[in-house]
Order: sequence, then C-alpha cells, then structure tokens
Amino acid sequence: MSETMIHVDLLIIGAGPAGLAAAIAAKRAGIMDLVVLEREDTQGGILNQCIHNGFGLHRFKEELTGPEYALRDIKEARDLNIPIYTGTTVLSLTRDRKVTAVSRERGLEVYQARAVILAMGCRERPRGALAIPGTRPAGIFSAGTAQKLVNMEGLMPGKRVVILGSGDIGLIMARRMTLQGAKVLACVELMPYSSGLNRNIVQCLHDYDIPLLLSHTVVDIHGQGRLTGVTVAQVGEDRKPIPGTGKHFDCDTLLLSVGLIPENELSQQARVRISPVTQGAVVTDSFETNVPGIFACGNVLHVHDLVDYVSRESMLAGAAAARYLKGGRPPFTRVSVKDGQGVRGAVPQKLDIPNDAITEPVDLMFRPDRVYQNHYVTLRSKEEVLSSQKRMILTPGEMAEARLTPDMLARLRGSELTIEINQEKQS
Amino acid sequence: MFDILIIGAGVTGCSIAKRLGQYKGKMAVLDLADDVSQGASKANSGIVHAGYDAKPGTQKARLNVKGAGMMKDLCESLGVPYGQPGALVLGFHEEDRQTLEALYQSSLINEVPGCRLIDRDEVLRLEPNVNKDVLCALDVPTSGLVSPYELTHALADSAKENGVDFLLNHEVKALEYQDGAWLVHTSKGVLKTRAVINCAGTFAGVLHNQISTRKVKIIPRRGQYYLLDRMQPLLFTRTLFQVPTKMGKGVLVSPTTHGNLLLGPTAEDIEDGFDTATTAEGLDDILDKVRLTYPEVSLRQVITTFSGIRAHETGGDFIIGAVEGAPEGAFEAIGIESPGLSAAPAIGEELGDWVAYSLGLEKNPNHIPPTPLPKPFSAMSEKERRAAYENDPDYGRIVCRCEQVTEAEIRQAIRRPQGARTLDGVKRRTRAGMGRCQSGFCSTRVMQILSEELGLPLDMITKSGQGSELIVGQIGEKNDE
Repeated sequence: MSETMIHVDLLIIGAGPAGLAAAIAAKRAGIMDLVVLEREDTQGGILNQCIHNGFGLHRFKEELTGPEYALRDIKEARDLNIPIYTGTTVLSLTRDRKVTAVSRERGLEVYQARAVILAMGCRERPRGALAIPGTRPAGIFSAGTAQKLVNMEGLMPGKRVVILGSGDIGLIMARRMTLQGAKVLACVELMPYSSGLNRNIVQCLHDYDIPLLLSHTVVDIHGQGRLTGVTVAQVGEDRKPIPGTGKHFDCDTLLLSVGLIPENELSQQARVRISPVTQGAVVTDSFETNVPGIFACGNVLHVHDLVDYVSRESMLAGAAAARYLKGGRPPFTRVSVKDGQGVRGAVPQKLDIPNDAITEPVDLMFRPDRVYQNHYVTLRSKEEVLSSQKRMILTPGEMAEARLTPDMLARLRGSELTIEINQEKQS
Repeated sequence: MFDILIIGAGVTGCSIAKRLGQYKGKMAVLDLADDVSQGASKANSGIVHAGYDAKPGTQKARLNVKGAGMMKDLCESLGVPYGQPGALVLGFHEEDRQTLEALYQSSLINEVPGCRLIDRDEVLRLEPNVNKDVLCALDVPTSGLVSPYELTHALADSAKENGVDFLLNHEVKALEYQDGAWLVHTSKGVLKTRAVINCAGTFAGVLHNQISTRKVKIIPRRGQYYLLDRMQPLLFTRTLFQVPTKMGKGVLVSPTTHGNLLLGPTAEDIEDGFDTATTAEGLDDILDKVRLTYPEVSLRQVITTFSGIRAHETGGDFIIGAVEGAPEGAFEAIGIESPGLSAAPAIGEELGDWVAYSLGLEKNPNHIPPTPLPKPFSAMSEKERRAAYENDPDYGRIVCRCEQVTEAEIRQAIRRPQGARTLDGVKRRTRAGMGRCQSGFCSTRVMQILSEELGLPLDMITKSGQGSELIVGQIGEKNDE
C-alpha cells in the first residue's frame, strides 16, 4: 500500500457499459495513462444480471444477452491493455479531481487525475421513497435486487408476485419470475401509460397473460414477518387513490420498478451541477460538466432505455476527454439548450459550437412529458425554426433523439436552442 | 434457578441489565422478539430531552434530568453516537407565549440549565430555514440526540460480556409466585427465578396486573415518522418542537445523530401493541403539521417511513420499583414512554442497584467495563482508514455504498457479544441498508455474509427473525403454484 498520490491522465469511475466504452474510446484516441475503478468484483456492471436477450440490436445489429454484450467491451478493453481495478470503491471525489478509493487488495489509494469520467450508473427508487403505507415485512424487493437474486445467486425471492411500476426491469422480471414457476398476479402502474419499452410490454406481460393495471397503485402493504398481500387501488387524474376501488391481492412478494435515479453522490462532492430534471450532471456536447476536466456519461448522466445508446454516448465522452487532455481546443461559442413545451430533460444542456468550420452533428436526447401521436419535434433558435419533424409516436418510456446538423449548429451561434413538441409543423 | 430475570430487551431492560452486570449472579433478559431493541427503542425520535416539560415532582421529571445528564458519558464509554445540538420549542400563535412561559417556569423548577425565551428574530438567526411566521420560542440548549437502537445494542453487549444472558424469542405469558420463587411462563417453557423485573413496554401492563393489587392501564400509542435523506448543509441543526398538546410533545423536525432529518411522530392510541403499520392518514397528518415548522418540506427527500409504539400509562408517570401488592422479588419499570429514552441510564442504575441490594448480590470483582464500539469507517480519517485496513483487509471492501459500510464492520456486528442474526440486525448495528437505496444494492451481500458467519443456508437468512425469510428457495425447484 502506497501512501503517495498516484498520478494518472484519465480516471474513469465505473466499469459498466458506460465506463468500458469511455475507456476504449479514450485509449483509441491515444490516452495511454488511464485507469478504470469498479466497485463490483466483475466488469460489465448491471449487464451481468440481465441474462435476457435484446441487447446490441443497434450497435452490433445482433441480438445479444447482457453478459454477451458486456463481454465484447470487456474483451476489447483487455486487448487494449486498459487497467481496470474491480472490487474498488471510490470514496470521494474533489473538484480538483483527487479521487480516494479503497479495495481489499490494495487498501486506500489516492489518485490525482487530469480528467475524470463519471460512469457510476443509476440505482432504483426504493419503497421508502414512495412512502407506501402499511407494514414493513420481508418480501419487498426492487426489481433489480430480485433480478440479482434470481440470475446471479440462483435464489427465488417469492412465489406469488405483484409488481408495482412498469419500468423495464419490472417487466423483464415479470417474465423471469413466471418462467421460474412463480405466479405474477399483476403489474400495477400509477400513470395512464407504461414507462417501459413497448417490446417489453408485449414480450413480458402480454405473452404470459399478466394484466397491466394502468392508473393503479399499491395503497397498503400487509404482513408481519413475510408479506401476505397488498391492496391495489385505482387512481384519478390527480394520481391520488380513488376511495372504494381497493382490491386485495394475496402475494408473498412485491417487486418495485418505480424509477431509476442517477447515482451522483460523488459528483455532488465535487460540486458538479445536477439537473433537477434528469438528476444527472448538466453537460456540454463534449459531456463535460461545469467542473473543468470532469465528464459524465451513461446512466449517471441520464437514465437510458437501451445500452446501445449508453455505449454510443460514452464513446463520445471518452473521445472528448481525450481531446481535453491533449489540449489546444479551438475557440467556440457556448449556446444553451432549453426544454420547451412537451420536452423533459434534453441532453446535452450546453452546446460548444466551434467558431470555425463545424464538421460533426450533435444528437440531442430527450423524453416527452406524456404520450404524443403524430406530433412534430421542433428545434428553434431565438430567431428561427431550425427543423420541425413529424414523429408517429413519442412516449416517456422511450428516449427520443433529434439531430443538429453542422448547418443548424452554425445558425445557432450567439443564440440559444429550444426543443419542443408541437401539434402542427412549425416554420 | 436464576437470580434475576429481566422481561423486555428494550433500552430500559438493557440499561438495567448493564448495571446488573456489575454484580455476581445468574441473570438473563427475556424478549419475545428475535433481537434486542425491537419495540419502542428502535422507533422513536432519538431525543435526549432536557427535562423542561415533565411535571415537576414526578419520576419522569427527576429521572429525565438525571438520565439526560448521564447520557453523554455513557455514550462515549459505549462508542454510541450522541450529540447535543439543543432544541427550540416554537410558538406560532399569541396564545403560545403563555404555554412557552409555563414551560420556561417548569425548566427552572426541574433545574434544566440555560433555557430562555427568545423572539422571532433570534429564532430565525439560529435556524434560518424555520417558517418565517414563527413568533417566539423556548431555547433549550441542553437538548440532545442519541441513536436509540445503537445505544440499546451497546448496553446489551456490555451486559452480555459480564454474564447476563439474552433469551430471545421467549414470549412471557404469565408470572407466578410459588414457594418463595417466581415462575416465569414463557413460550419456550417455565423459568424459575428469585426476582423478576418487568420492563415489557407496551405489554408490561398485562404482566403487572397479574401480580399487583394496584391495576394499571397501558395503551399502545403509535407514532409514525418520515426519515429524510441526508442533505448538505443540514437544513436544521436543532430539534424543533411545536408547542405541546395533551397527546404529547407534538410533531417535531429533528436532525438525527447521522445527519438525516426526522419528521414525526403522530400520536394514535391503538388496540394492537404489535401494529407498527404506517397509514396514509398518519403520514399525511405529519406533513400537514410539519409544514408549520418547515413549509418547504418535500416528499422527494423521503427515504423511508416507519412507526413505533410507545407504552402510554394512563396515570401519566413512570412506575418504577417493587411491584405494589406483589410478593417479594417482583420489580418493574413500566409506563416508560417519553422521556423514557432520556431517563434510561438513570432507571438502569437506580433500579439495577435496588434489585441487587434487595437480593444481597455481591459486586462482581471481574466486571469488564465496556469497550467503546470502533469508529465507523465512514467517520474515519484517511490515516485511521489506512490503519483499520492494515489490521483487517475486510475494511477495504465497501458493502453498503450509501452509508460506506465495510465488510469488516458487518462481520464485527455479527460477532459482537449480542450480535446481529438478521438483515435488520446488521442494519441497526452498522447502518448497512439505512441509506438512500434502502438496501437495494447491499442486501444480497449482507445475506451472504450472515450465511457464512452463522453457518446457515441462505434460505434461512431472515429480515427480522423467523417468519421473515427473504427467499423461498433455489431456482429450478418445483413450485407449488
């Protein structure tokens, strides 16, 4: 164990799909002195417990399982000789990029990095955060914890299951628990629409005759030692339970799939500015935060639906960190991105538009605030409409994209960008 | 035959047990739960009350002030979190001035040092995030905070180290006096003892009424709480009370010893002393009342809700000493509602010594004073962390990421004299699972460590004792459905 500071050019926190992709891109861009720290004992992050298929369709044009997808990046990182320390938890991060970490193998280590990429992922909202009334028995799990128990440990958390929330992990676990012999009684969703991907609703609920109760929620939890049942009630437009609609379900397990929250505890230590909408860092199109030299990508930046897009974003972040380390950045003009009507959490929130020739487009990612059919996604500067394109369907369960071409970026110099959803085409 | 059986492993029973550990004798603490500190002691406000509000001349007033005065040293000797941030009792209406004046007068009679009445400007200077509509307050500089379950666990460890046994999962059904000794009928058989001490909390009234000529009525009074995430900087540094009502001290907003914010409690008289469910009405009620103190309160800050049940005795005072009208050898500390936590160190010392004296127990020459619990990894300096790791490499493995709890600490919690046997037991001793993810990430690893340390298969690991198993079997096993 060394008590001296370890100097590195680039330190990446997390070896899930985001951290791995960022590391690969940075190394390919010529950053030789880098290190990746991962708190789990294995690389690959949450993909390791996602043994279902459906990963990689966009990136590899193949349908892979989570571990298969992860393995491709793990192998490439290994071929590139990128040092990745597993079982290593980062304890603190300072604004001047001092990183303290601890591991069973090497004890306490203090790194001084010239650049840091935040790739810590996200966590699930727990029951407590919903303040569901009732008792506090065993048998209430977040969907991801149940997934870990079943897929990583080979253990069954229960036999009669109600799922609250229709996030993708909850939907996947409805199928997984059913295939393992459990009876999934219902998937209960507060909103009038699911927050999961449509393909998961079809393949995980419909195919197994599991009812999806929209505009419903769990209003009471029963049982002392182990869960014995939950009461489910319909909610009104105000999302408050409607009296008299309560229905009892006998179950020994309640799985929660009620939202994911970026894990920004370390970012906040470094006083990285966090967006109240995405709950991730506010970043530029280089994925740089307000703290110079600290970048963010993947689910710690904003929660994605598909790992393919996490990888794509993280590759860009890794390359951007490499450019930062090499220095000599040409002059640019900073432009803000504003969420207009119907849009929540567009990322990046800032565009650094080069003052000379623009060669690369920028893709904005955002979610609509509700379901829209046959609406237009409009990008406008203060002065003019840059584009207004029709979308058949926009739903909060699926991240949407809008591309800013070099020409549009050029027209944004000295202005600001608003992205909005309109019923009519704008001009 | 036992010399002494203590019924109830809450903070009162464990305080008495720790004191009795200084004497020679065959002693045990009985509890119906699977762990110590499972009743009111694990779910209360954690306030070390200064003692300004207890009715002068009562046991409550005397033991509160005495116990609160002992608490700091006790916590230091045990290595239990304690703080003394002070408290404000806030007045929002003109008529509150009178109530606060009366509380101030009783603080003088109860000899609580340093209390003073302050005006709006000073309230807002001390606590800038308080509702600007505040008019006045009683400033109580000696009000303190303790982690009530950590205190109880540490008291139990000290008792156990000095030979006091803990018989858990023993529900006491009846007390019977026979041939100069007490027969304690439990769910696991009959135990014979020279003396019993009833500290059974909510359930103490039934046992008391079996043997006493003076009947009491103990009503389970439920208190629901919200626990908020830690925020930097702390919104409030002091415990903030509102002017009390006849149902108790009212709803408070208080930091905890760990920097969370606690909101509550409700005060609901209920039938079932086990009914620690939270209710939509109760939780809404807290938020309504808290808004008076802290108008900006938001559910987004909540990490969990819980409730505890206090033993409200209708006579209004603690009942402590020999059981009135009962044969010799029967003692009790019952009706121990607020300020029972604050009074516990004093009750333990006084009643422990009294019972030992009554039985003629000798001092234990081999008494081991408590070893303070090690500092949590999360609170260590860099140098202390390096030293801890050198000593035990398991300090290098973080299990609970939210609270930065290491594998070393989880193993220690299981190996303590009265160690953890369940997921919740580990949580209360180490804080693993108490953070914002509420054990989503660490529960599977803690289950594995419990399984290794206890030599039990994973499907026998429980959340909080038998009947709260966390998993139902291996995958691939035939399902009954």
